[in-house]
Amino acid sequence: MRRTVFPHRLLPWLLLAPQLAITLIFFYWPAAQAFRQSMLKEDPFGLSSTFVGLANFRKVLSDPNYLNSVQVTAVFSASVAFLAMSIALFLAVQAEKIIRGKGFYRTLMIWPYAVAPAIAGMLWLFMFNPSFGTLARPLRVMGINWNPLLNADHAMILIIAAATWKQISYNFLFFVAGLQAIPRSLLEAAAIDGASRRHSFWTITFPLLAPTTFFLLVVNTVYALFDTFGIIHAVTGGGPGKATETLVYKVYNDGFVNLIMGESAAQSVILMVIVIALTAFQFRFIERRVHYG
Amino acid sequence: MAEAPDSPIAARASERLIAHFWMVLGVIVVAFPVYYVFIASTHTTQTILRPPLPLIPGPEAAANYRDAFSGGVSRIGGVSLWRLLANTTIVALGIALGKIAISMASAYAIVFFRFPLRMVCFWLIFITLMLPVEVRIQPTYKVMVDLGLIDTYPGLILPLIASATATLLFRQFFMTIPDELLEAARVDGAGPWRFFRDILWPLSLTNVAAIFVIQFIYGWTQYLWPLLVTNSNEMNTIVIALKKMISFADADTPWNLVMVTSVLAILPPILVVVLMQRWFVKGLVETEK
Repeated sequence: MRRTVFPHRLLPWLLLAPQLAITLIFFYWPAAQAFRQSMLKEDPFGLSSTFVGLANFRKVLSDPNYLNSVQVTAVFSASVAFLAMSIALFLAVQAEKIIRGKGFYRTLMIWPYAVAPAIAGMLWLFMFNPSFGTLARPLRVMGINWNPLLNADHAMILIIAAATWKQISYNFLFFVAGLQAIPRSLLEAAAIDGASRRHSFWTITFPLLAPTTFFLLVVNTVYALFDTFGIIHAVTGGGPGKATETLVYKVYNDGFVNLIMGESAAQSVILMVIVIALTAFQFRFIERRVHYG
Repeated sequence: MAEAPDSPIAARASERLIAHFWMVLGVIVVAFPVYYVFIASTHTTQTILRPPLPLIPGPEAAANYRDAFSGGVSRIGGVSLWRLLANTTIVALGIALGKIAISMASAYAIVFFRFPLRMVCFWLIFITLMLPVEVRIQPTYKVMVDLGLIDTYPGLILPLIASATATLLFRQFFMTIPDELLEAARVDGAGPWRFFRDILWPLSLTNVAAIFVIQFIYGWTQYLWPLLVTNSNEMNTIVIALKKMISFADADTPWNLVMVTSVLAILPPILVVVLMQRWFVKGLVETEK
């Protein structure tokens, strides 16, 4: 706790005012509106609305389309988080062994971080476009009838690839930092005792990386849930059919395209609860980390 | 960190070679899509539509880039590429600088002052940490309409600078400033502004640089929000304009110009990240934990 502070009374409020104002107008007010709207039923023209309690939630949770999108989101997020993290960890371990040229590899490795998700999606669709994508041709030659615009599985694979590609950079930087923080003495002791490299990776390095891994797991999940909207909107538009309609995409689609406000708001509220749970999980865990130092 | 050569865990030459092999492969996969679009931007539409695309730059680079910059792109209502780049730069800079300004101010208030409801304010900001705009788009959009901010720069910028991340980072950093420093400054008669300008700001520069890079990228790559609050083509960011230009089903998409636009949408943030790499990596890894 800080002992010395400035004695002013009004100044701190002036300093806080801009952020508080923006937070209230763009966070708390809309969030409250989402709650309110989630309990209302509006006619399509938005002229009148009636209070319906939890009906919207019941409707949403029993809607096969919503359950489909829960499933799509789970498959998509789990694949992206797992792939982006394992590829990044593998590359970070390789980078650790290298003496010369590390900076060079890192510079090339961080590019995708700067690419907008929507553009990442367009790049991948461009490379794997069924009619003129250069990389779609080898797939056809191998006898795969590759068409991400018509085939649900292919569409899913394509957006997972694009989303994973974009997230590898971020995970790579964190794993490199995590690996550098592992005490050399432990690894050296294991090596002197005759442990193989693989063995000491799984028994020493990997467990000691747990804080980094958990942190990245939460970040990657949040990324896959929300930041990938651009990829999906630009590449598949949720299709073919509803094969790639994630939860966030459905909120957007119902709210802005189909104009079913109440249900869209109910979905927003469900998403907020998911994010708050993830945040709580992360902070519980960070608190523990601080204790162990 | 590479080990000393005599350490028992130093990689042998053969292992290092294998590691290099994997890194080269990784870098190829990671950098290839960006390289590919750059190559495509130097060919004619006919070449682009007849795969496989050559792996070396073609002869059309000058013509394509000249066309894209001078012609205006008919598909997006004749808005020039300059305008799109200017819009995106304004939004990205507005978000990055706006966030730094408001979050430094509020972190300063929370750390260096004592006032009633201080912790309430802190929690009010803190709770918003992980509520991305995606989960409350509909009501936020309505606020925008009510405030008349559709198709304006403030409409594109303001909702996105309201995030707790930067505030928390600055708060964390300010708390590491030793009490003695503030005491000494107060003894010398420094008020809040002098202390901030002469002591705190110079010490914060590394953090400011890191946050600037992270938030600039965040602003430049926004998608959902600009998609909603811009109706007029004049106000599009380059990412949105690109999406509007492309139709994979349509035969007359000007692919060569699409590729040029993609390159220009990708290049500025990549330059920022690569050139400011040192601060960016340090800031990202150290502060986001």
